[in-house]
Amino acid sequence: MKGNFKKPVHLMLVLVLAFSMLLAACTGNNNKQDPANNAGNEGTNATDAPKEPQEFRFTLASEPPSLDPALMTDAQSSIVAAGLYEGLTRLNTKGEPENALAESITASEDGKTYTIKLRQDAKWSNGDPVTANDFEFAWKRALNPETASEYAYMLFYLANGEKYNSGKGSADEVGVKASDEYTLEVTLNSPAPYFTSLLSHYTYLPVHQATVEAAADWAAEASTIVSNGPFKLTEWAHADKLVLEKNADYYNADAINFDKVTISLVEDENTVYQLYETDKIDWIGAQAGSVPSDLVQQLVSEKKAEITAVASVYYYLFNNNKEPFNNVKVRKAFSMALDRQSLIDNVAQANQQPAFGLVPPSITGPEGKMFREVYPDTGYFSENVEEAKKLLAEGLAELGLSSFPADVTLLYNTSEGHKALAEAAVDMWRKNLGVEVKLANQEWGTFLETRKAGGFDIARSGWGADINHPINFTYDLIHSKSGNNDGKYNNPAVDKLLDDSLVAATPEESQQKMAEAEKIAVSEDMGVLPTYYYTTVTMLKPGFEGVVSDYAGHLDWVHGSKK
Amino acid sequence: MLRFILGKLVFMVVSLFLLITATFMLMNAIPGSPLQSEKAPNPAVQKNLEAYYGLDKPLIVQYGKYLANLAKGDMGISMKKKFQSVDKMIKQSFGPSLRLGISAIITSVLVGCILGILAAMYHRKFIDNLAMILAVIGLAIPSIVLAPIMQYFLGTKLRWFEVAGLNGPMDYVLPTIALASGPIAFIARLLRSTMIEVLNADFIKTAKSKGLSGYVIVVKHALRNSMLPVVTYLGYLTAGIITGSVVVEKIFAIPGIGKHFVTSVIDRDYPLIMGITIFYAVILMLSRFLADVAYVLVDPRMRAGGKVAK
Repeated sequence: MKGNFKKPVHLMLVLVLAFSMLLAACTGNNNKQDPANNAGNEGTNATDAPKEPQEFRFTLASEPPSLDPALMTDAQSSIVAAGLYEGLTRLNTKGEPENALAESITASEDGKTYTIKLRQDAKWSNGDPVTANDFEFAWKRALNPETASEYAYMLFYLANGEKYNSGKGSADEVGVKASDEYTLEVTLNSPAPYFTSLLSHYTYLPVHQATVEAAADWAAEASTIVSNGPFKLTEWAHADKLVLEKNADYYNADAINFDKVTISLVEDENTVYQLYETDKIDWIGAQAGSVPSDLVQQLVSEKKAEITAVASVYYYLFNNNKEPFNNVKVRKAFSMALDRQSLIDNVAQANQQPAFGLVPPSITGPEGKMFREVYPDTGYFSENVEEAKKLLAEGLAELGLSSFPADVTLLYNTSEGHKALAEAAVDMWRKNLGVEVKLANQEWGTFLETRKAGGFDIARSGWGADINHPINFTYDLIHSKSGNNDGKYNNPAVDKLLDDSLVAATPEESQQKMAEAEKIAVSEDMGVLPTYYYTTVTMLKPGFEGVVSDYAGHLDWVHGSKK
Repeated sequence: MLRFILGKLVFMVVSLFLLITATFMLMNAIPGSPLQSEKAPNPAVQKNLEAYYGLDKPLIVQYGKYLANLAKGDMGISMKKKFQSVDKMIKQSFGPSLRLGISAIITSVLVGCILGILAAMYHRKFIDNLAMILAVIGLAIPSIVLAPIMQYFLGTKLRWFEVAGLNGPMDYVLPTIALASGPIAFIARLLRSTMIEVLNADFIKTAKSKGLSGYVIVVKHALRNSMLPVVTYLGYLTAGIITGSVVVEKIFAIPGIGKHFVTSVIDRDYPLIMGITIFYAVILMLSRFLADVAYVLVDPRMRAGGKVAK
């Protein structure tokens, strides 16, 4: 019997020993990476010394799905790409486009053709010059149906862009041509007054032709990316971190102060905050980590955190085709019965701004002013419970209903924040209007499908900007032909104003028409129910400057510096 | 023994095939698609994307193609993380989870066994009570609570450990405790109860009467006979723990495999869902298989049973 037992025990001992050696070996490997980290941390903690390398550190919740300009779709990618690539224009901290690689941009009389002169001292990270051909190649590549770019539609402003992308045209017909090495001729479908803003968007970034043609997965690893921006990607440990270092060959290298930028991928917002507290990162907020919502009030009052407006709007969709919300008076009643400030103070809790329109306050408008300064949304409608009750009764009578339908449901995508807000709204409707609205939540993918198919009475929605222009919040949300108008709001007068705005003679006139359309859709029709304009809460370690949340609420770190 | 192993292997392959089929069909049956986005896609763009990923083909064709590629060892590329191949994503993220898992398993077994043995040796004395109180606490506090508490007090307040990351040996301590606290408690209670039984068995009394020391009796005689349930449990524990923990990895920002289990489904990243399911199934089957083999090795009665089964 003894003999039988001996072997397994020995075996187990050997196994345990082997395991612990393996473990020791593994941790040993990690040790080797450690000194680099520590060196960086010590560097930033040390007291001021001349020529001390400047490091900036922040987190992203998940890694960029792609660093290939044609395939980027999200905030994470754009935050990294801002340092990695340089386009024809770049938005300044006010959200206005400034020339970057472009030396001059000249529009024709009719606003449909642009001649763009490029600067001649820009280089790719492999030493090749950045030429107009790189732009022509990049734009046509993004439009190529085989590239399957999700954001190809950003290039549909180019003549024949959509035709080529839908497989009906050829690349040669697309309205972009490098007439010489440093001149780009662009032809648009119709005048786009915001074209210079559009040029700063990541879908318009150039790519290095030889690199892209050599390997389709060129942008998936740090070692194969060829870029042209103020920073180079030196390390990309997938799911762990990205490290960028200053590009000494960048044409405007003197304007860049950070020598090294470390981006750790941390999902948990509480962990992000602990990292900030222990001096491991220098920034939280604006899509680069978020401040835990239960700490916001306190941190803002201690002046440790700031609140900045973001070009996004939170709203509820009415199903305009279904009883009872096919009646404008019922829709108005629901909107007027909400106390938006109370929702913000008690539920959302990040000093959001009550929304009475759709275009957020950080979007620029005509004549160098903000859109909302010129066209304030305060007069669109007012919150008024008595009036709401009256409108509801009238609306129901018009529909021939004796009482409010019993199975009206508010649909939202599963999340604690959306749930709390929906519960509060339903409670206000119950108290103020005496109606019972049910709540339902669905997981994101399911929710999107249900909403698209119109399977709701009221549905949560949020909308952010792709470019710094009110068209994002008017045409996209209230035009009857827009694919994003899930509530099927339809008013031919609004459609006409929006169509006209695209061909208006001046940018001022164009924005005027958009503002009129917005006013009709909200003030007269209440096609959707605006709730609030988003904000972002940001924290920056003392000593840093020039790191901001841009108009869209994305971290803009490229021109930051440390004192 | 050989037939026993072969039988198990055949069974594993068949279950894996059934699992792949079921997952593939279920995954396609749930609403939503990998191409979903809040902004309505342009029809042309949508069509290009569907063609690119082969989603425009009938489901049965997609399934056949997937199986054919899988047979060649190709799990495809992620639909969310552009141009990252699924096998590489799994390989890269499995490393940290495996290292942390092994560390947690060793800790669980060592600490769990010591607590269990002490409790059994000092049955109904102070040490027994103390060990069992620790075990109850370990079982009662889930890692989603324990991890942030440790992170805050030991990381942020006392600065003894880093709050996140896995860059040095010390960084393993907090996540290991978070992962191991439950298993430690479970092993301790398991071992204690079987050991108390064994310590009362006749052969232990014989050993005592022969004048052997308490230590020798426990380690040489009682422990071997009490390990069986622990070995069984280890099979499941290993599979569960080395494939990563969503909670612990999220809190300590560990680039492990655990989060893929959740995010792949939320993103409807079909190739990644398949890859991660197959990966988990193989790990689970292998560790159960190893536990079965270990069973046979540890317990001669099982070996006899195996022969009868022939």
